Amino acid sequence: MKRGRGLLALACATFSGALAQATVLESAPVNDAAITGTAFPRVLSAYGFFQDGRAQEPAARVYPYALNTPLWSDGAEKLRFIYLPDGARMVADGEGLLRLPVGAAIIKTFAFGEGADRRLIETRVLLHRADGWVALPYRWNVEQTEAALALAGGRLDLVTPAGEAISYAIPNKNQCKTCHSKDGQVIPIGPKARNLSVRWMGDMLAAGALDRLPPGGATMPMWAGYTEQSAAAPFARAYLDVNCAHCHQPGGGASNSGLDLRWEQGDAYAIGVMKRPVAAGRGAGGHDFSILPGAPEASILLYRMDSNDPGVAMPELGRSSVDRQGVAVVRRWIAEMK
Amino acid sequence: MSKLNLLCAAAVAALAMPLAAEVHRVEPGQGAQERLQEALILAQAGDEIVLGEGRFVLTDGLSLDVDGVTLRGAGMDKTVLDFTGQQGAGEGLLVTSDNVTLHGFAVENAKGDGIKSKGADMIIYDSIRVEWTSGPKATNGAYGIYPVESTGVLVVRSKVVGASDAGIYVGQSRDITVRGNLVEFNVAGIEIENSRNALVTENIATRNTGGLLVFDLPGLPVMNGGNVILRSNVVKDNDTPNFAPPGNIVASVRRGTGVLVMANDGVLIEDNAFEGNATAHVMVIAYTQPYDDPRYNPYARNVIVGPNAFGRGGDDPQIDGKDALLAAFGGSLPPVMWDGIVEDDNGLRIAEGVTGWTLNLSKPGQSLAEAQPGPLTLTPLESWAFPEVGAPAELEARLK
Repeated sequence: MKRGRGLLALACATFSGALAQATVLESAPVNDAAITGTAFPRVLSAYGFFQDGRAQEPAARVYPYALNTPLWSDGAEKLRFIYLPDGARMVADGEGLLRLPVGAAIIKTFAFGEGADRRLIETRVLLHRADGWVALPYRWNVEQTEAALALAGGRLDLVTPAGEAISYAIPNKNQCKTCHSKDGQVIPIGPKARNLSVRWMGDMLAAGALDRLPPGGATMPMWAGYTEQSAAAPFARAYLDVNCAHCHQPGGGASNSGLDLRWEQGDAYAIGVMKRPVAAGRGAGGHDFSILPGAPEASILLYRMDSNDPGVAMPELGRSSVDRQGVAVVRRWIAEMK
Repeated sequence: MSKLNLLCAAAVAALAMPLAAEVHRVEPGQGAQERLQEALILAQAGDEIVLGEGRFVLTDGLSLDVDGVTLRGAGMDKTVLDFTGQQGAGEGLLVTSDNVTLHGFAVENAKGDGIKSKGADMIIYDSIRVEWTSGPKATNGAYGIYPVESTGVLVVRSKVVGASDAGIYVGQSRDITVRGNLVEFNVAGIEIENSRNALVTENIATRNTGGLLVFDLPGLPVMNGGNVILRSNVVKDNDTPNFAPPGNIVASVRRGTGVLVMANDGVLIEDNAFEGNATAHVMVIAYTQPYDDPRYNPYARNVIVGPNAFGRGGDDPQIDGKDALLAAFGGSLPPVMWDGIVEDDNGLRIAEGVTGWTLNLSKPGQSLAEAQPGPLTLTPLESWAFPEVGAPAELEARLK
């Protein structure tokens, strides 16, 4: 019975995909039914998000975007897109997440290598269905012609831009939710107004894809613009928000730790200053506090960022190497803290 | 095309209606990681996933996020999830859905915690073994069985060996029964932390640093732990030197501690058998560290030590001034050790015949150097009332 259902879903997805390809003329429409249906399409092309998948050339109403301060994933290049169905637009909600209508999707492709050597590794999609968001991972084939659903995730060996040979982990569907969940519901993480550029939001407004320019938008710093002359605090807080706070906030995956690393959290104890570990185990590294002001080397938070040991390393998911620049900025911030 | 898709969607939706529960078998061997993880993802509410006999060699943590699933192995020594080669994730198995039953398998050498269930209400852990197989080491994972932020927790007939924090740790949860388990060679055998309505009964806690811990800590989303009963447990020879990584609260537990109550409101300790706990069979103290949390109460309140069988113990206390203390008390300390710190008139209470000693301190965080040890001179209670606590009957019924 159940197997029959899976096959039927597969048949639907395949048939739709075939039809979508048959009607490619200039810019084929995105397959809205694949987004809003109940099945998990087996291949990425079933959605029609791209005119050219390998080149990551988006279809109509699939809008590329970038984040001021991005989540670090072993140095992967990330290509981000938001799809809006015909006639829909995003609604700004202060500095927080843009609200996307049912039928919208967020697409993120992970790639390594420059220019002609660029290799697409995986594409993660977030689909806004009537009963909530669904997160699915797709793994690109060696030929780079298609990405297949990888419900159980996977691993592959690659060399990072920093030159480290790693076993890169593609998350499984549940791990997608581990980060993308708040109060048990799957939600987007990235497109918060505060972490988007004014220019992009202006473009979206002009295109009729956004309702307004929200106050509090574009307040997070441009990570790529960091220098040693920059004030450390805004960069460190933006980094911790983007890389850690999806779990470390009330209702998040690590809520029981009591650590709240959100950008808007103003209480020093909540972000870890003089906060003792709760369930850190050996992750505490023999240190007494998450953050000991002036003492980065005695701060659990930095110890875990700077570790590659499973069971110690934070974030738990999404990296197999250490982000040297992230560690350097947070180290400077703690060192300068009074 | 859209019409066709609608048709397909409708057909799929119709088939997605509740069906009779299905059984999915997963065997060890090639591709076990992906096959098992995929089964955990594709399961529907009510389904059972049956794990074959043998060793599943795994490279990453597993997770279950579907309500009402049973994960069943061939027995705690027959079906082994082997995480010795784990490369990622913070635990061996993570459960984030409600009404899940875990039965009859082992988790070995997880890099972080063994099995964690978070926000997973009405969960059963039955006949599970979590073990770090190289013995007690600081590099072992922190918790073996680790339900947290959950209502309705039942842990039975399970075994945890080698956790560098607590073997069975229930945190920030309510309505809990931990019954008939064996915990050995952990830093803490069983720990109930920031939780309410917990029954810990018929367990054997042996060869840990400390046997049974009941803690309430500040600075957490859920506090005000209490209404905990420790009843009819065997707490014996908890003599393993503390191997917790420094910095963790359990790193301060003294070798040879039977029961340790820190802070909490309402703990009943009765009908247990204590033997060979060299520091103290029962220790009741206020929270010892500085804190800044106006919601937190650091005192141990309404702690009752009822009748228990107290055997040899207190004969090698890991406490400064040990020799003088032993001399003063005639060779071994009486079974109950109290710090003497009371909020109002609601601190420690004892039953007739229970003996102990007190540090005679007066405020939380006070230095031990200011202690003025003396015998316990509390007036025994003639009777007491304590609420019946534990996992909901519905959960017990599911066990049968």
